[in-house]
Amino acid sequence: MKINFKLALIILSLALMSYPSSSVFSQGISSSELIKNAKEYDGKLITYTGEVIGDVMLRGEFAWVNISDGENALGVWMSAPLAKEIKFAGNYKIRGDSLEIVGIFHRACLEHGGDLDIHAQRSRKLGNGRIVNRRLNLDKKNLSLILFGALLLIWILTLFRHK
Amino acid sequence: MILKPRLEDLKIIGFYLGKIILGLAFTMVIPILAGLCFREFNPTLDFLISIEISVFLGLLLVKVCHTDKDLNWMQGMIVVSLSWVVAMFLGAIPLYLSGHWKSFLDACFDAMSGFATTGLALVQDLDHISYTHNLWRHLIMFLGGQGIVVIALSFFVRGFSGAFKMYVGEARDEKILPNVVHTSRFIWMVSFVYLVLGTLALGITGIFNGMKPLNSFFHGACIFMAAFDTGGFSPQSQNILYYHSIIYEVITIIIMILGALNFKLHYHLWMGNRKEIFRNIETSTLFITIIATFSIIAVGLAQIGSYPSATTLFRKGFYQLISGHTGTGFQTIYAQQFLTDWNHLALVGVIMAMALGGAVCSTTGAIKMLRIGIIFKAFKEDLKRIIMPERALIIERFHHIIEVFLEDKMVRSALIITLAYIILYGLGALVGMFYGHPFLNALFESTSAAANVGLSCGITNISMPVALKVTYIIQMWAGRLEFMSVFTILGFLIAIIKGK
Repeated sequence: MKINFKLALIILSLALMSYPSSSVFSQGISSSELIKNAKEYDGKLITYTGEVIGDVMLRGEFAWVNISDGENALGVWMSAPLAKEIKFAGNYKIRGDSLEIVGIFHRACLEHGGDLDIHAQRSRKLGNGRIVNRRLNLDKKNLSLILFGALLLIWILTLFRHK
Repeated sequence: MILKPRLEDLKIIGFYLGKIILGLAFTMVIPILAGLCFREFNPTLDFLISIEISVFLGLLLVKVCHTDKDLNWMQGMIVVSLSWVVAMFLGAIPLYLSGHWKSFLDACFDAMSGFATTGLALVQDLDHISYTHNLWRHLIMFLGGQGIVVIALSFFVRGFSGAFKMYVGEARDEKILPNVVHTSRFIWMVSFVYLVLGTLALGITGIFNGMKPLNSFFHGACIFMAAFDTGGFSPQSQNILYYHSIIYEVITIIIMILGALNFKLHYHLWMGNRKEIFRNIETSTLFITIIATFSIIAVGLAQIGSYPSATTLFRKGFYQLISGHTGTGFQTIYAQQFLTDWNHLALVGVIMAMALGGAVCSTTGAIKMLRIGIIFKAFKEDLKRIIMPERALIIERFHHIIEVFLEDKMVRSALIITLAYIILYGLGALVGMFYGHPFLNALFESTSAAANVGLSCGITNISMPVALKVTYIIQMWAGRLEFMSVFTILGFLIAIIKGK
């Protein structure tokens, strides 16, 4: 039992040492917090959660994925196989996949021209995206018909006035 | 004695205002067609409602105020300043109906920001907005950049002598061609040619960057409109940072600079007079001020080691500088990073660049290069007067398409407008400080609004006080029209109240 406990401790220590930075922020951090305190999180392993928006932009063996947590969207640099798991990217008609990203946060990434970004080490899909069904807004339809009627009336009145 | 405006004055103003509103309504056909193509029916209805309200209002004014009389200077100026206010309200209707703006005031803020090619935005959840509304956000920059009145002059108003009065009222005091309507059409032709080229360049780059073709060309067109018209809106909330592409940044820098050049200079370049770009006082002043303000920013950023290498410092510093100097407002950093990663010296560099602006008769706002050049020449002349013998005849001249001798009248006019801009920047900063923002931050945002830039250090957001939103709207409006029409409408209001 004692040996097992020691073994577990050694494995845990090795796992922690393998991370490149002194601190690990395992709990999700908001984009506002990351931007505001970028110096504090610079080079640290962080967890960031949000919806994939826009385009998944494949660049060779990697890809840029922009992920929004509702406050801001941050650029995430991830391997192409990870990016290919994304099925839905959010826009007007689509609610994008919800991802949890664990990766290194960069305040001014040297590799990417000083961009504030996250280099993903792993990602986990928290929720699948979907196509958003948008029904025709009847109030808007009725209002546009009423206004069209009013315009028509003015036009007819103008015709009479000319006569 | 101040004379009270006559009913005839009001009728003439109403008639031409109605015509401009009809012109503006016509432009809403574009998002309606786009909405149908993209099968976005609710957004299409938003624009249908807006076009109906606009046509109703326009027709009402044209019919009720029908007149055959031409505009005088005062009426022309008032028509222009009122057109921009009415355009803001009408342009805000589809935005507000989309549900992406928290209040109608916020929608008005973005509409004025768009028409005045500023780029400050209060839109919510931009990443889920429809193509239709996104197109409108960028289209109003394209329309506002050329000038709302220029649209009417180009397509809806047949030649009449009052046209020039409205054209001047919209801060376009240079005629490229002898006829003002032809001048307006030339401005549109230049813009359309660049629109096609710019959209192609950005669209193809987008595809190489991994974007889907449709999205890529849509973004290309939107970004072109925002860059050439030095607006600064972008289809996604991250602005230019969304694309993660240096090529995209380089192309937008080129387009922003093209947008900051005088349309008269474009005309001469198109006519093959390429030497003009090196000889013109505006381009040489722009070159000098870019170097000067970038030096300040670079020293500031280097002082605090904001960026890990010289290339990243250049890429970030130069992009924000060109964006600010040309009055565009594109950002490749987050708004808060101006406060967290940039020191005061770097911020002052950006503020100076924003305050200076681009060329006259371009789509930029702010003091503008011709005025800075003239003031500099006047200083030089005065210095010569001190140094040279009293009997010496001192004549200063500059090259702006033709050789021009410096006259006191020009210097006076340049100094008055410069002073008016400085006061406008200062007043906005005071309001910002009143609401608890530090001086430099308040000055940054105020200058950005009044100079129609759009860079933000984070003050502009939905939770800012109503009075601050209204202040920035007024600044954007006054800054875009370069005061003359705004002063005229103030005088007109005083005449209505106090006149006999």
